[in-house]
Amino acid sequence: MFRIDFNKLRFLVCDDNPHMRRILRTLLHSFGAREVYEAEDGATALEMYSHYVPDIVISDWAMPIFDGLELAQMIRQPESKGNPYAPIIMLTGHSEKRRVTVARDAGVTEFLAKPISAKGLYQRILNVVANPRPFIKTKTYFGPDRRRNTNSAYMGPERRVGEKHEVLQQPSLLDKARSTI
Amino acid sequence: MAKNSAKDIEVKAFATHQIITQPNPLRKVLRRVEAKDADDPVGRAEQALASLAGEFKDWMAIEVERLSAAWTAVQKHGFTKELRDELFHAAHDIKGDAATFGFPSAAGIAESLCRVIEHAPDLEKVPAELFTHHINAILAIVHENTRLDRISVSAELSRRLRKVADDYLTQVNRDRPEHLEVILAPTIAPVD
Repeated sequence: MFRIDFNKLRFLVCDDNPHMRRILRTLLHSFGAREVYEAEDGATALEMYSHYVPDIVISDWAMPIFDGLELAQMIRQPESKGNPYAPIIMLTGHSEKRRVTVARDAGVTEFLAKPISAKGLYQRILNVVANPRPFIKTKTYFGPDRRRNTNSAYMGPERRVGEKHEVLQQPSLLDKARSTI
Repeated sequence: MAKNSAKDIEVKAFATHQIITQPNPLRKVLRRVEAKDADDPVGRAEQALASLAGEFKDWMAIEVERLSAAWTAVQKHGFTKELRDELFHAAHDIKGDAATFGFPSAAGIAESLCRVIEHAPDLEKVPAELFTHHINAILAIVHENTRLDRISVSAELSRRLRKVADDYLTQVNRDRPEHLEVILAPTIAPVD
């Protein structure tokens, strides 16, 4: 059985809603985290990301100035001087399949649909800590490997060329968003 | 701890892509423990969340006040982009927060309201009653939802408003398949 030393992790929480930030702070402190930085808009979050170099980012989608999706895209800049690899957990009230796909394609690592639960948040954190995925860089994408199923027969335009059809045995982001696991 | 140095990062190049692997930078925070020594961080967090419950009703009152003010502004000035966005965000926050705050039916109604704002082709042509019924229902639930017999009423209200809104959206989007697909698609509802 594994345990996370939350007191060694640094979190950046981005949400424009002060009540949700309070809830997230409460949950993370209860898990044992000590370093939880908070931003109420995407621009502040990006500045804090560069300054504090958090281990894990937890971001809302809808935020002022620029939103969580744009924040993810700005973090996932392979040539940036900062860390483009930090896990990003998107915590959002958006609950449509296409939103999960858009978030995935922006480089989001995990998707957690509100209402928030302690179990759901803990499991997303455990997953990014214990099961990091390799990063993929293409002409149009830089972020965690999006392959999660065994559809090796797929030959569509996004099929990567030049390697064996490697797959990661993980539930899809959509399936995970539907459950707490 | 968050970032590996460049020498730790391995890049395999292929025809169309690169695969980038690196040692897990967070591995040091994982510890194997005996089951008997494991604590219960989730239970601890749930207890902490429960300790905030006394504040939830006040927080919810603030959220619905924001929604009400946004609708009043729309009624006065119309659906400018700024006012449309504020109304959507106010409803969207309630959709995300209300269940946590103990008002799941209000969350359902707010979700229905969000769908109307997001998918109606022309908000000025949406019957005003569709908005007022949603907003008044959320206000009523938050201000009066303290007794069990009212909880079932609010759940039924939520279901009916969703049906009315979906019927309307299906009708006005019959020539917009991309919206129709989203409207008819199942939502991602967390298991718990």
